[in-house]
Amino acid sequence: MKHTLSILVENKPGVLARVSGLFSRRGFNIDSLAVGITENPEISRMTIVVEGDDRILEQVTKQLNKLVDVIKVSDIKPESSIDRELALIKVEAGPKERSEVMQIADIFRARIIDVGTRTLVIEITGDVSKINAMTDLLRRFGIKEMVRTGKVSMLRGAKAVKEE
Amino acid sequence: MAKKQKMSGAEAFIECLHEERVEVIFGLPGGAILPIYDELYDSDIRHILVRHEQAAAHAADGYARATGRVGVCMATSGPGATNLVTGIANAYMDSVPIVAFTGQVPTSMVGNDAFQEANITGITLPITKHNYLVKDAKMLPDIIKEAFYIASTGRPGPVLVDLPKNVQTEETEFEYPKSIQLRGYKPTSKGHPLQIKRAAKAITEAERPIIYAGGGVVISGAHAELRSLAETLMAPVTTTLLGIGTFPGTHPLSLGMVGMHGTKYANYAMMESDLIIAIGARFDDRVTGRLDSFAPNAKVIHIDIDPAEISKNVAAHIPIVGDAQNILKELIKELKPKPKSKWSEKIEKWKKEFPLEYDRKSKELKPQYVVEQIYDLCPDAIITTEVGQNQMWAAQYFKFTKPRTLISSGGLGTMGYGFPAAIGAKVGCPDKTVIDIAGDGSFLMNSQELATAVINDIPVKVAILNNKFLGMVRQWQELFYDKRYSATRLDTSPNFTKLAEAYGALGIEVTKPGEVRSAIEDAIDSDKPAVIDFQITPEENVFPMVPAGAAINEIIDYGEKT
Ligand SMILES: Cc1ncc(C[n+]2csc(CCOP(=O)(O)OP(=O)(O)O)c2C)c(N)n1
Ligand SMILES: [Mg+2]
Repeated sequence: MKHTLSILVENKPGVLARVSGLFSRRGFNIDSLAVGITENPEISRMTIVVEGDDRILEQVTKQLNKLVDVIKVSDIKPESSIDRELALIKVEAGPKERSEVMQIADIFRARIIDVGTRTLVIEITGDVSKINAMTDLLRRFGIKEMVRTGKVSMLRGAKAVKEE
Repeated sequence: MAKKQKMSGAEAFIECLHEERVEVIFGLPGGAILPIYDELYDSDIRHILVRHEQAAAHAADGYARATGRVGVCMATSGPGATNLVTGIANAYMDSVPIVAFTGQVPTSMVGNDAFQEANITGITLPITKHNYLVKDAKMLPDIIKEAFYIASTGRPGPVLVDLPKNVQTEETEFEYPKSIQLRGYKPTSKGHPLQIKRAAKAITEAERPIIYAGGGVVISGAHAELRSLAETLMAPVTTTLLGIGTFPGTHPLSLGMVGMHGTKYANYAMMESDLIIAIGARFDDRVTGRLDSFAPNAKVIHIDIDPAEISKNVAAHIPIVGDAQNILKELIKELKPKPKSKWSEKIEKWKKEFPLEYDRKSKELKPQYVVEQIYDLCPDAIITTEVGQNQMWAAQYFKFTKPRTLISSGGLGTMGYGFPAAIGAKVGCPDKTVIDIAGDGSFLMNSQELATAVINDIPVKVAILNNKFLGMVRQWQELFYDKRYSATRLDTSPNFTKLAEAYGALGIEVTKPGEVRSAIEDAIDSDKPAVIDFQITPEENVFPMVPAGAAINEIIDYGEKT
């Protein structure tokens, strides 16, 4: 099962290495990881998607909490959160394919952000399954390159993942 | 110290150590730490020059375990720092509070593969509780205060502080912080009252309880509470290797050590119990044997300060996170004394039936006999051990009655630990007799520290149980590899007596049982460091023994065929 962990960490050099090192050292697999600063510039947030059963999740959470630079770890449940990921996709599309690719992008409310003679670059934001669905459709044109940010998540409503 | 004084980073460093009341540093200098060594030259902080940095880390560790205070070691950048690594890993595995300071190339050169540069914060990431690269001298006071605080609180452990050379020389304003702000580090010390009530109920209902105490009891200083818990419940107490000494080995409720080389009765009691009260112990594989058959009918109360240990290996029914002493105090208030039970009788019967055994009538020199005589002559000594058979015989045959008297490398199993740890322990407890019960293989891994002991007048004693083998490995080869002694014969080199004498220590050779007591007495009476070379039966084995992967009641006893 996949879990999304929202982790508040000190915005200090080496923190990413401490967190990612812990995952590999203890044999936990990271599916995706996104990092950025928060409303407080001293604190960064990592959103990490990890695969594993509840036992593994419990160990991961406890081990993360032991890191001095980790302030808070929350397991974000899909039903109470909103998730987004951003992807840039460079698709092979000559003059003949271009309109079909643009239509697909349109349906997914993605944007064309660069046009070359033989390629288009599409920017799409959405939950992970939406991005997957679009890339599946684009595959037959040929995806030259894809960059994904990894998922970021936030609790719905007034609740927030904050340090206590 | 006046507020905000201008000084160099190196001077500030010394001031910080004063603030932390550091009395001794074990270390060895080099280019990248020269400014600090220059300041140390005029300082009243004692520096003990080791002959290999590994020994500095182990000595700091031995000092910490013997005294309960933070041990400090120091090395230069690059090879000095990497030589500390084994000692840091050792302290990490056994939760020992040490702070390691390393020199580093100047910040402008960090990352350039400069001469003697090693990324020691990267290297020690998985084996420190936390570490720091100091980039600016004005950060020193905060970082050093945090380092000592983190090392010594919660579940203790090693902290490394890497000090680039320019940080040591640049000028800074010194002011020691009064408090610490660590958003991400808040160890729990008080146990949850509801969990304590639940534990008390389970204990009251249990028919076959067993207390399983580990190193956490030593760290917490909970030995008196442990004893009162055991005596209130008339419950047997078994300990891990690191828990030895938390409960008197001479007490009628003591079962000694549990696990691979534990007593048969401790292992039987663990397996048949209906309630395990685990205190500051982590159900290591050397304790549990095959996990899926471990204590099948037992409920588990797990008291530990580290939440990550709860249900890591063995599922806990009633976890209580916090400081053992705090929790036991509260728990005992909830309990009524219990009388002796059928369970007590069963255990007493096992104890009579399966005592620790060896060939006591032998004319040969037996290691178990040697340990018994050391105990008889110096029952109050601090014993350190090396790793292997020597370690297990020390754990089995010396009846430790007080915490912090057995100092042994448990989690990492580091050969070469015992001797430098003994030096550290003796420095911390100068009035105690300190004896390293050693193996001939292990001792050679840090025997150069004889120089440290002699020159600094640290009269530790080394009792080598010399079997001319990497004995524990040979034992496995004998039992599981058809006696094919691949690379385990050490033969007769060196002559340990002469080795000791070469350093200016006392060397004594013992080949017969009749010489054992006088040799120990001579070593203890001498004001010099001493090495006794006990030439024991080469192929003596450690029993009882649970083969790797077996359940802990599938235990081979002395004289039993495998
Ligand atoms: C640094 C290190 N290397 C290797 C080992 C593996 N090992 C465990 S016990 C042992 C034999 C130790 O020999 P000795 O010190 O003579 O002790 P004995 O078992 O003979 O008492 C070895 C090699 C270890 N524990 N530590
Ligand atoms: Mg040996």
